[in-house]
Amino acid sequence: MDWFPEFFRPHLPVLVVILPLFGGLLAPFTALIRRGGGIFAWLWTALITAAVFVCATVLLYDVHTGGEAITYRLGSWPEQYGIGYTVDSLNAYVIFVVALIAFLATIYAKDSVIDEIVIDRHHLFYTVWMLAIAGLLGITVTGDTFNIYVLLEISSLTVYTLIAMGGERDRRALVASLKYLVLGSIGATFILLGIGYLLMLTGTLNMADMHAKLVEMHQAGELAGNKTVMVSFAFLMVGLSLKMALFPLHLWLPNAYTYAPSSVSALVASTATKVGVYMTFRFVFTIYGGGVFDSGEDLHFLALCASAGIVVSSFSAIRQVNVKRVLAYSSVGQIAYIVLGFSLANQDGVTASVIHIFNHAVIKGGMFMAIGAVALRMGGTSVDDIKGIGKRMPLTAAAFTVGGCGLIGVPLTAGFVSKWYLVVGTMQEGYWYLAFVVLLGGVLALIYVWRLIEMIWFHEPVDPDKEVEEAPLSMLIPMWILIGASVFFGVNASWTADSAAAAARLLLAGGM
Amino acid sequence: MSTKQPDKAGAPLQPAATRPASIPQPRGAQPPAPASQMSQQTLLRVVAKMAIPFILVFGVYVILHGELGPGGGFQGGVILAAGFILYGLVFGSDELRKRIPPKIIDSCMALGALLYACVGLVSMLRGGTFLDYGILTNGTASGNEALGMSLVEYGVGLTVCSVMITIYIQISERRATVRLEERGL
Amino acid sequence: MSLGHFNYWLAIAIIMIGFYGVIARKNLLKQAIALGLFQTGVFLFYVSMGVVRTDEGEPGMAPIWTDAAKTGPFDNPLPHVLMLTAIVVSVSTLAVAVAIIVNIKRRYGTIEEDEILEMDQRDRAQIGS
Repeated sequence: MDWFPEFFRPHLPVLVVILPLFGGLLAPFTALIRRGGGIFAWLWTALITAAVFVCATVLLYDVHTGGEAITYRLGSWPEQYGIGYTVDSLNAYVIFVVALIAFLATIYAKDSVIDEIVIDRHHLFYTVWMLAIAGLLGITVTGDTFNIYVLLEISSLTVYTLIAMGGERDRRALVASLKYLVLGSIGATFILLGIGYLLMLTGTLNMADMHAKLVEMHQAGELAGNKTVMVSFAFLMVGLSLKMALFPLHLWLPNAYTYAPSSVSALVASTATKVGVYMTFRFVFTIYGGGVFDSGEDLHFLALCASAGIVVSSFSAIRQVNVKRVLAYSSVGQIAYIVLGFSLANQDGVTASVIHIFNHAVIKGGMFMAIGAVALRMGGTSVDDIKGIGKRMPLTAAAFTVGGCGLIGVPLTAGFVSKWYLVVGTMQEGYWYLAFVVLLGGVLALIYVWRLIEMIWFHEPVDPDKEVEEAPLSMLIPMWILIGASVFFGVNASWTADSAAAAARLLLAGGM
Repeated sequence: MSTKQPDKAGAPLQPAATRPASIPQPRGAQPPAPASQMSQQTLLRVVAKMAIPFILVFGVYVILHGELGPGGGFQGGVILAAGFILYGLVFGSDELRKRIPPKIIDSCMALGALLYACVGLVSMLRGGTFLDYGILTNGTASGNEALGMSLVEYGVGLTVCSVMITIYIQISERRATVRLEERGL
Repeated sequence: MSLGHFNYWLAIAIIMIGFYGVIARKNLLKQAIALGLFQTGVFLFYVSMGVVRTDEGEPGMAPIWTDAAKTGPFDNPLPHVLMLTAIVVSVSTLAVAVAIIVNIKRRYGTIEEDEILEMDQRDRAQIGS
């Protein structure tokens, strides 16, 4: 990666945030070009997200070859006073995932946005779209807890807006978006309260400093029975669970994903909750690490929530008549797998979580793109609309099917790799019942995915006279890149497994 | 200001009188816009006209002194916007839209934030890190920091002011209801 | 001792009133207002946190370095500065919430949650999904 300009190399951590920020602020001006509808806004967005993707790739390469964390001080202030961006092998990996999905979802968005959003709002749509990406990448890159809160709100507010833009087609999107806003704001405020208690206790906002102070107090025995640290932990866990839609707190998710515009579903489903999981990693392992609150016993309640979530959400998914809603409930279940993995707090469990962040992002992103293509051609996403699309849109239907196999965890797909690590992790801790839940989740996934696959390939279309063509190339290419990645990393998992294992070692060692 | 007095006083009455007739009202009993009633009250009009210039000047003052005293871009921006919103309340938001077209407000929103981001970018291109005020120009570090902070405050002020006006205009807008209803949504 | 933590009691009370309002109110606008109250409680919590007292219980001074003779404890400005940002965030949240509620009013004709749910169920019964 020597071709990357040397001047920008040290600025990479901040570039991944300010590129979409600048891009988003400049996007409204594309409305000044009066021709072409929103095509210039889309071109601009594609250009910016491509640049972000290149930066994220180089950043990942630099972190892996350099072997240690890259820090960047905004305004040259030391991290204790200012905001420090820290990139290590965990967040370089998450940044890469988010940037990849953002780029592909932007390419995909062209036709679906033309179809679903009123033409004079395209430039505003892409503005909000890029600001959301900036917020998500910002959360991943920053090393300052309050900065996390602010960027979390930036990304959340923009995502609420993006979901509400589905209201032009279906007014229920507005209610779903408002519900997400209320619950999301409660979650974010709980996180803010948790950070406040930590600030009281340690007097700092920087994660590495907080960690050092907490471990010092822990070793001096001051934290035993200390209510402040317990309250902060409780507030943070509830807030983060709301944000990542862990089982009893997932109620905002199904409607929000179902009624959002197709491209927004694809972007949000594969990045927003993943970033929530990343924040949880940081809080649990980086801040409370080193024995404060990161043992398997402390996190066991998360494992219980997660296993309940896997079972309940899978049963809900079986009953749904809207395909997007099936995928949304499946997302709740998949998030629960990720949470289950790291709540074991052993090497294989955390590896399973980190690896599943990537695997689930590509699988679910690809599947939401496929169903978005169906929505474009058929005009809806109910089970009636997908009947018989196997003959009409073979490539889209095949992508959906392969993605579905990944959700079940069929061998040779990426889903299998994550589940393998997860089962190994649970068995190591001797939690055979958790291993059973993971396998049961696979069986239930088989039921809800098979139901859809049967309708796609073996049912006759509801209206056979309607002429339906295959989805446009701008949708098929990003869809198949993601689905192809899920198969490729299912067959040859060495890259994802190595990166995830490195990140897991780092987390369990309790450091940045 | 004073030369425009006659047509300013007369103009707002015109849309107020024609509005209920020109717009079809699908749900029937919508009360006339409160703004149109307000603009008929002489006292309100006169007081608003006297107060608005002072509000605007005070808003600009708060923004300009942001880096030294209490206040700054956010507070000043809100005060500035309050002046415009008062104008909108008294003379109707249509009149406000005529004075400052939404296109200009929209671009001001982005321009303010861009000014902020550009300050960061300039310091990055000059060899520092993002938002490193100290090396903005070739002058002294303290002078540069004051300059950087002021520019950032101006950007914030511009954005906040235009965002507040937009929120007011968007929420007070009644036409969108009709547009959506007409399209059968 | 308990009275010394008066601010915190008040902050928790405001947070809980706001939280109750978000859950119990059926009117969407009231929910949004309650959400604002909920966040305001957190601001009070943070601002109280910044107060530094002497050993005798005297409150600290404003942290402005104008007079070198002032040595006494200065209040911690950091939580106050954080809250400036959080207030902006809270206002933006409220603005987005109100914008969505205005759109809901335009499309549904009501902002009562149970009426909206009823309309949704009727729609679902008619057209399916």
